Amino acid sequence: MNVFDIIGPVMIGPSSSHTAGAARIGRMARHLLGEPVVKAHVLLAGSFASTYRGHGTDRAIMAGIMNMKPDDKRIRNSLEIAREKGIDFAMEPGEIENCHPNTARISLVGETGKKLVMQASSVGGGNIMITEINGLRVDISGQYLTLVVVHKDVPGMIAIVTTAMAENGMNIFNFTLSRDKKGGTAVMTIEVDGEVGESINGIISKLPNVSSSTLIKPL
Amino acid sequence: MLKYNTIRELTEAAESAGKKMSEVILADQAEDMGKTEKELMDKMASDLAVMREAAEDGSKKDVKSASGLTGGDAYKMKQANDDGKCVCGGIFSDAIAKALAISEFNASMGRIVASPTAGSCGIMPGVILAYQDANGTSDEDCVMSMFTAAGIGMTISKNATLAGAGGGCQAECGSASAMAAAALVELAGGTPAMSENAAAIAIKNVLGLVCDPVAGLVEIPCIKRNAGGAATALCAADMALAGIESKIPADEVIIAMKHVGDIMSPTLKETAEGGLAATPTGKAMFEEVFGTKK
Repeated sequence: MNVFDIIGPVMIGPSSSHTAGAARIGRMARHLLGEPVVKAHVLLAGSFASTYRGHGTDRAIMAGIMNMKPDDKRIRNSLEIAREKGIDFAMEPGEIENCHPNTARISLVGETGKKLVMQASSVGGGNIMITEINGLRVDISGQYLTLVVVHKDVPGMIAIVTTAMAENGMNIFNFTLSRDKKGGTAVMTIEVDGEVGESINGIISKLPNVSSSTLIKPL
Repeated sequence: MLKYNTIRELTEAAESAGKKMSEVILADQAEDMGKTEKELMDKMASDLAVMREAAEDGSKKDVKSASGLTGGDAYKMKQANDDGKCVCGGIFSDAIAKALAISEFNASMGRIVASPTAGSCGIMPGVILAYQDANGTSDEDCVMSMFTAAGIGMTISKNATLAGAGGGCQAECGSASAMAAAALVELAGGTPAMSENAAAIAIKNVLGLVCDPVAGLVEIPCIKRNAGGAATALCAADMALAGIESKIPADEVIIAMKHVGDIMSPTLKETAEGGLAATPTGKAMFEEVFGTKK
């Protein structure tokens, strides 16, 4: 906590959780996809579903999907802007089992056809938690540089990936791993210190049994 | 993290060094964040500019909230003050108008600075900007006073809570009032001890205030409570500047506020299940906005 956690953040109102956090969730999805969005479906759950109209949650998420920051004045008109850009989008209030009260599941298609499904929650004060990427469980706050590595669940993967990271000067301070089933698809969520370039993705994704590597910068 | 844990520690550090409370907080935070004091002041100055813009844009006639429930009251208040129709007038009515403006602007999806929260964003900026307009105070002095406000907010956050969901409106708007009152005292040339007293008096005067937003939106009664919070801050600052002391020390008031918040019913802590939210009119508004029954 510092002075700017008390005086700040600068944000578009009315709510840090339902508006500012929602915009960050949308922007996180856009960054994970890594390219401009042509199609978006947003499932709003819990309090997001029941109160999104009054808080502009739909506008904030859509603004984030178009890479706007939580203090961007265009958030207020983001749905109109998305229509003008020709983005095919839908906002649907619904239910997601066992989720935090402020949760959205965002499905995106990018301009080259790349797809992403991300589930995230707004956990208060504009902070967020990404809990699922393409069906795999993760825990990403988006406050730190995070490497997400999707790979086959075979022995030795942690050693292989972390050795490559160490060789590239990366210091790990938090590590989690989950998998869908034994021998199936697994995902490592690795939070690291300092500055790391996008080039690490190329190095990690070439490792055996790794299907993708994505570096998420703090947003 | 601020190295001072209580307001008393802040006052003592400032007084023993012969400095303003803001100078002590700024020096501590620059060291803690690994930045220069100038970098922190520049960032705070940009926040002040956002607050100024929000007060101006929020005073316009056509401001309307995203839900459609609120908007336009800051315009009315400003007109009445400009036309000399108010009982108080001057800085008091102007601070109320500005607090309403910033808070209404927040509800209309305008750009604001959470201070300390979005729901209470009109209070501290409202009184600081009104003070500046009434006295021709420099931006630099206003920026410094915001460090005092932030320091008070940080000690409250350490020892209690700043969130309506955690401790009711006393914690959210009450803390904003305490921050504003301490900043005002410093702007008016008061001592650090006077800032401490002002913060204590502000919270004491709203102790027990519940958080009961109609339809769960940051509008009713939040916008008017921002105006009330500004009034509370001005009242507390004036008493402190007169040399009136809080008989209960600020840090004990904050702990009392936490205890009151802890035993406050959850229906009165931002859940929109009690208080004004549970009135027939409040429930009807929920239905109007969301199309379902609360």
